[in-house]
Amino acid sequence: MPHPPAHAAIDRPNSYIGRSVPRPNARRLVEGRGHFTDDLPTTPRTLHVAFLRSPYPHARIAGLDLAAARALPGVALVATGADIAAVCTPWVGVLTHFAGLKSAPQYPLAIDRAVWLGEPIIAVAATTRAIAEDAIDLIGIDYEELPAVTDIDAALAPGAPVIHPHLGDNLAFRLRLDSGDVDAAFAAAHTVVEDDFHFNRHTPVTLETRSILADYDPATQRLTVCQSTQTPYQMQEVYARHFAIPAANVRVIAGDVGGSFGMKLHVYGDEMATVALSIMLRRPVKFVADRLESFVSDIHARAHRVRARMALAADGSITAMAVDDTTGIGPYSAYPRTSAVEGNQAVRLMGGPYRHRAYRGSLQVVFQNKAMMSQYRAVGHPIACAVTEALVDRAAAALGLDAIDIRRRNLLTDDAYPYTSPTGYVFERLSHHQCLDLLERSCDYAALRRDQQAARQRGVCRGIGIAAFIEITSPGPAFYGVGGAPITAQDGCVMQLDPSGAVRVQVSVTEQGQGTEAIMAQIAASAFGVALDRVRVVTGDTETTPYGGATWASRGAAIGGETVLLTGHALRQQCLALAAAILQTQPQTLDIVDGRVVDAADGQERISVAELARIAYFRPDTLPPGIQPQLVAARNHVPRDQPFAFTNGIQASHVEVDTETGFVRLLGHWVVEDCGRIINPLLVDEQIRGGVVQGIGAALFEECLYSPEGQILNATLADYLVPMAGEIPDIHVAHVETPTLLTQLGAKGAGEAGTAGAAAAVLNAVNDALRPLGAQLSELPLTPQRILAALGRV
Amino acid sequence: MSSETVAVTLRVNGETTTQMVAPRTHLADLLRGRLGLTGTHLGCEHGVCGACTVFIDGATARACLVLAVQSDGAVVETVEGLTDAADPTLRALQEAFVARNALQCGFCTPGMLATAVELLRETPAPSRAAIRERISGNYCRCTGYHAIVDAIETAALRLAGHEPR
Amino acid sequence: MPALPGRDIAGDGNGVKAAALRYERASSLADALALLQRHGASATLIAGGQSLVPALNLRMAAPELLIDISRLDALRGVQVMTEGGSPRLRIGAMTRHAELGRSPEIARHAPLLHLAVGHVAHAAIRNRGTFGGSLAHADPASELPACALALGSRMHVVGHAGARVIDAGDFFIGLHQTALQPGEILVAVEVDVLADGFRPGFAELARRQGDYALVGLAAHARPIPGQMRFAAIAPVFFSVGARPLLAAAAARVLTDATIADADRLHLAQQALAADLDPPADPQASSAMRLHLARVLLGRVVAQLVGTPDVI
Repeated sequence: MPHPPAHAAIDRPNSYIGRSVPRPNARRLVEGRGHFTDDLPTTPRTLHVAFLRSPYPHARIAGLDLAAARALPGVALVATGADIAAVCTPWVGVLTHFAGLKSAPQYPLAIDRAVWLGEPIIAVAATTRAIAEDAIDLIGIDYEELPAVTDIDAALAPGAPVIHPHLGDNLAFRLRLDSGDVDAAFAAAHTVVEDDFHFNRHTPVTLETRSILADYDPATQRLTVCQSTQTPYQMQEVYARHFAIPAANVRVIAGDVGGSFGMKLHVYGDEMATVALSIMLRRPVKFVADRLESFVSDIHARAHRVRARMALAADGSITAMAVDDTTGIGPYSAYPRTSAVEGNQAVRLMGGPYRHRAYRGSLQVVFQNKAMMSQYRAVGHPIACAVTEALVDRAAAALGLDAIDIRRRNLLTDDAYPYTSPTGYVFERLSHHQCLDLLERSCDYAALRRDQQAARQRGVCRGIGIAAFIEITSPGPAFYGVGGAPITAQDGCVMQLDPSGAVRVQVSVTEQGQGTEAIMAQIAASAFGVALDRVRVVTGDTETTPYGGATWASRGAAIGGETVLLTGHALRQQCLALAAAILQTQPQTLDIVDGRVVDAADGQERISVAELARIAYFRPDTLPPGIQPQLVAARNHVPRDQPFAFTNGIQASHVEVDTETGFVRLLGHWVVEDCGRIINPLLVDEQIRGGVVQGIGAALFEECLYSPEGQILNATLADYLVPMAGEIPDIHVAHVETPTLLTQLGAKGAGEAGTAGAAAAVLNAVNDALRPLGAQLSELPLTPQRILAALGRV
Repeated sequence: MSSETVAVTLRVNGETTTQMVAPRTHLADLLRGRLGLTGTHLGCEHGVCGACTVFIDGATARACLVLAVQSDGAVVETVEGLTDAADPTLRALQEAFVARNALQCGFCTPGMLATAVELLRETPAPSRAAIRERISGNYCRCTGYHAIVDAIETAALRLAGHEPR
Repeated sequence: MPALPGRDIAGDGNGVKAAALRYERASSLADALALLQRHGASATLIAGGQSLVPALNLRMAAPELLIDISRLDALRGVQVMTEGGSPRLRIGAMTRHAELGRSPEIARHAPLLHLAVGHVAHAAIRNRGTFGGSLAHADPASELPACALALGSRMHVVGHAGARVIDAGDFFIGLHQTALQPGEILVAVEVDVLADGFRPGFAELARRQGDYALVGLAAHARPIPGQMRFAAIAPVFFSVGARPLLAAAAARVLTDATIADADRLHLAQQALAADLDPPADPQASSAMRLHLARVLLGRVVAQLVGTPDVI
């Protein structure tokens, strides 16, 4: 293959790759100088939107009286679904590569019928948000309640109400995978373990809610949208498509984004309606979701019921796995990424870390009258990991094996690569055994087991849970673009040498706090050869940055980083050519190190980069004849050699269960992961830790509680329990580094790893603690009520 | 009725200001909307997330749970004002937060810092458990809290004249 | 227990900006009473506002007029009173939770309040919330009403018709309901200073630090040294009903000299079935709440008699 060796390009003098440098934008944020969308200055002409949302999971809108709301002073417009639909075409959340996936046309606001509790029905634009809310209170609306489909198992039951009658049934998507002789493996098994697992809905709860400020200028037919989004380029295409504006006339600006985690890349009706109102009213219009409506309008996540079985030989070797996953996605498949990816990845990741070749997976994705469900951090991973790892632990218990031993026996060996999994995933290079060995040392597994024994003597119930995982990162074009989505897998970078000798990097990956800008600066500084403080990174604005995929699915460092690296090399070559012309030598005898052009042989400075820039910009008259200084470089990069950059890792959780109360105390959490080349250890570790805590939330706290009738019961931040500092332990992170050989940078993604395995580790730890008591749980979150029920105490 | 406003005079970050506000307006909206002090963030507006934590008369409060009219005559300090005043406790915390990367998106950070400033003013050398307890009313979705606890611990040591480990 | 009781998420006017209202700051107690009399049911008192303002923001409450009594310094502070009766603490209704927590008089004379107040929400809330506001709000999941009941507090109330004293046992009537009549203001709470041999016991089970508890127990008791028996005990549970509940049947078992010490705790825990009939909510079934109440009774008794946990 035509790829250079992985290390050559980055093992340069004064490289910032692999160094824990602080983020340049952190200083601004600690001083309260963020530019979140709601912080942006607005003109007095700006209107604020509030929405009337359906209080029923399924209802026909039987009558509407908008007169009082329209008459309220300060109200500019009260718009119905039909009003908005006049300027915005509907969308359908399907992609062609999910064969058979179906969904119905979705409009920004409900028209005639609302299909989930929280669906926006009426939009009010007013001079203040408070007045818009006053107007909402004045709307008269009559509902005719319709039968609601809530439970995922009921969705396909005979006689179930069909949410979109023209689709025929509530089955959005079905997938069957079959590899190896599964039936024979189960027939020959020494031990079979099985269970029904329930994963209840949770939701991302970014601290900054969804926020958008749309400004349509009818004179030039230009639309400018400031938005809290991960994907400004995707949204540019979406607005162009659905508002019939040339894409070139649409500018989307993502300033500071207060958390996203996959939630802020879906198309939301209320945001589309806000843009529509700006077009209709010809003035700036702003919508900042409040926390209550966020709970019923942000995408929800997970919602799986999985029947799973695992077959093992007498020696503890896993021989087969079979799963049947049903997942509920709400009334529509989300747009433009669909709601099929969660289930698709869950059934393809099942058993992923292990060597067995026989696997059968079946997936049913069903519609229901609940909030929409779609991609959230670690899409599908936690489901696959929890099911697989819970079964592995049960098998270990059945066979009398230790949790570490059974994994060591079954994990893909470190010399097995490249390897194609039974579900069709191709792993370039993974490091399960190195990670397992390091985890065993870093958590001092033997000591934890001794502690467990000693605690049992005292009547204290402690447990240790292990969870190995694989992680999908850095998707290539086969992920969305191939199915017809306006989502690019490539990134672009433009790098300019400024007259001062500083470097400006405009890049299409975006920042939501991961440290994207810091990492891109480190790569640019290293690739070009200047000090980090001489690099300025510009992101998040479709008008000032090259088009690209932006930030999702842990693609920033791997794809965006490679793009910046290639651009930095190109700019370096251009500057070396210029320097060689000035210095009357050959470019290959020169290098750029720490802002100086030096002799490559001995490092002697020949000319500073700042001086080179000064001559190029202000005194080109002094250059040799014919020289045209090239001070801007641009590159694009798209992964062509693999559909995903798979990574792997393993986690351990140490818990204490109060068997009287059902309360779980987390005593410690350990992660070992392998994201390939680490650009900035400080930032990677915090990605891992943040992800772990989202997984702990899923394990112990977070659940969107619905009544059987479809009423949501805990849609406030007081009632929906997010993890807070008091309950979370210190989280110890260690790394194995297996760079991908398919890029010069060697980086893979890291953003999903923490969330992928944390819930499974906690689940296994709690079950490990309870095993001597004969109790076992298979439903998340592990609430005190469920734990006491498992113990037979209530 | 909604157009009725009343005059509120308060001292914000060392400057006295008089604003005409509707009584229903909470302090956070006054700070953000009228005074441009957008470092005070709104994450829930029902007093749970802690992102709007500011100092009122020297003690932390949720700016979304105080009506602007209630703060007439009060002394209010926000992250911007404490920064400009070079408050030594805040300074030490800011340095530690940046060095330790104790923030990702940064939305929770001003409120988290206010909470930590009050803790370190009261308790010069808090344990990790005490730090976790004190910040347990400030929601952070990004960091997992570990780095925040580290940074507060580091700032406490530095303020006490010790070089942190 | 929902932290924001009475909320109907999908019902009337969700939002985060309060409905329009008017505001008056009382300049004196007399002024406050006059304002209340003038405006009647359209007015609501606001003290620290830590429960009321969220309700306003979410439009769960929409009074026409707020009367702010938080600046009435006469209603603030902790004093030891000796004249005109036995020594007692007088706690001004506008005393903030943080002030209770810092007060040496509270720590010495009403240690139950000292123990409990640290469990009330978070520091920033405790800096604003007031003792009287918490009692008058009468949230069944709140710590302080339960403590007030356990301590046999006397609520000093003033209305335009005059002053009266309401025993805590008569004060908490139901969900957010007290014996306060329209036009009355809770001005102070009096509790006897800790008598010889009496001790506080407190425990709660909250999913997260600072959350409302699934179940909590505040107890004021006089253990008999060397025994499992109490000369007197007032175990008050919270988050198990519409108001804080004194577990009288359990208390009888815990004080009954005819019961063997070895059986006492178990029987007291069983007796809770007569005292409590907890409601279910999404976090805990009725049976689970009763179970947790029994666990807490065991733990608080262990605290009080100074032995390790027994159950």
